[in-house]
Amino acid sequence: MYKNIIQRTVIFASIAVVCLIWLSSFTVHAAVLPEDRADVMYHSYDGGGVTIDGPSVLVRKSFLDKFSVSTNYYADNISGASIDVELLASEYKEERTEYSLGMEFLNNKTLMGLGYTNSTENDYVADTFYGSISQDFFGDLSNVSISYSYGSDEISKTDDDAFGTEEATHLKYIISLTQILSKNWLMNVTLQTDVDEGFLNNPYRKYSYIAGTDALGIIRDFSPEIYPETRTSDAAAIRFKYFLPYRAALGFEYRKYSDSWEIDAWNFDINYTHPWGEYLVFDVHYRWYSQSKAEFYSDLFTSKDVQNFMARDKELSTFKDTTIGVGVTFEYEPQSWGFVEKVSVSLLYDRLSIEYDDFLDARESVIAKTAGGGEESQYSIDADVVRFFFSMWY
Amino acid sequence: MKRLSVGLLISLFFLSLMSVSGCSIKPWVKPYERTNLADPIMRFGRDPVAETYMHHVYQAREGAKGSEGGAGGGCGCN
Repeated sequence: MYKNIIQRTVIFASIAVVCLIWLSSFTVHAAVLPEDRADVMYHSYDGGGVTIDGPSVLVRKSFLDKFSVSTNYYADNISGASIDVELLASEYKEERTEYSLGMEFLNNKTLMGLGYTNSTENDYVADTFYGSISQDFFGDLSNVSISYSYGSDEISKTDDDAFGTEEATHLKYIISLTQILSKNWLMNVTLQTDVDEGFLNNPYRKYSYIAGTDALGIIRDFSPEIYPETRTSDAAAIRFKYFLPYRAALGFEYRKYSDSWEIDAWNFDINYTHPWGEYLVFDVHYRWYSQSKAEFYSDLFTSKDVQNFMARDKELSTFKDTTIGVGVTFEYEPQSWGFVEKVSVSLLYDRLSIEYDDFLDARESVIAKTAGGGEESQYSIDADVVRFFFSMWY
Repeated sequence: MKRLSVGLLISLFFLSLMSVSGCSIKPWVKPYERTNLADPIMRFGRDPVAETYMHHVYQAREGAKGSEGGAGGGCGCN
């Protein structure tokens, strides 16, 4: 494991050093701080028996022409019962709150950032620190950004003192290049490698195994999942934006992912932005995603403790999902609102549909008793995702 | 993926050599030609608060994570 971390750190450091040599050899132009703006958003996810909604507030302000600070408050109010909860526990309500604080520092040609995020649930506390450095160069045709983050989690289990507290750590290395290709083309390439270590599974979730047979067929029984304590993953993405002749933008994204749990995934997204008149902007996009299962995933194991690692987490199964999204934004630039330069109101709606290939609806055998284990129908989710937010530039 | 990282490293290494050896590449899009690129509709992740939320939605439901692209960024053409 440590060899793996060292190997990845060396590769990341090498890329960073070569980038910095490259950057330093060009005549660079001054970077700019992020724009001052505030956003207040209501978000909602409704699907798979679960409703998650809450606010998110993001405020950013620069000062002394060199610094920019940002803070974000985010909350998830979770209610309902997912298929896992229906099978193994009772309906519940839960809240997750997240606070972030970040600062950017502009020093001549370089923009440096530092940040901290704290996320708290009644059984999960996560702290994340991150740092980044980015620079425009080569006549401002290119922007390179290098980021690193370290996260530390503490996991406990509600109503189970015997579980105690488990820990997990997460390292992320990110390098990103944004390139002007022509007067109308932009490209972005991002590479990310993650190293996760520690307690990586959900302490409530259980795998399923064959416990015998009855008149319906196989009887399912359940036992706590067992995950590996390390996971290393790599993701690479390429994105394009093209400005159309009549003031509209066409975007495309392709991402490829693989990890040490043998999950291979890829997705693409095509999006279109169309301003209408002076005040309105319409957005539409389509996203397609596909992944293969983790090597230790099975919907139904042949027996209890049949192998070292065993999981029945549907996020680790083989599945595909699609998203169709539409949105409308109303923008207004007031002439006499004091320090306010611009305001906007946006409503975005996404329909997310997930079709699982090898995660079966075990409620049919365990609760409804209409099918034997392993003979249930394939599970699927249709979810509605809503984002409604007000933004102000100053 | 390792091959991809090595490929990127090699590409950057040769570009570094080009730059230190005196080869100069002139910017092919002049600052006054970047009006379209500076339009807010051309940003990768136009609204950070909304973009970050969708990353969270996918990360919680998909096995893949990473390289989602930071909201903001841009082309350096402000």
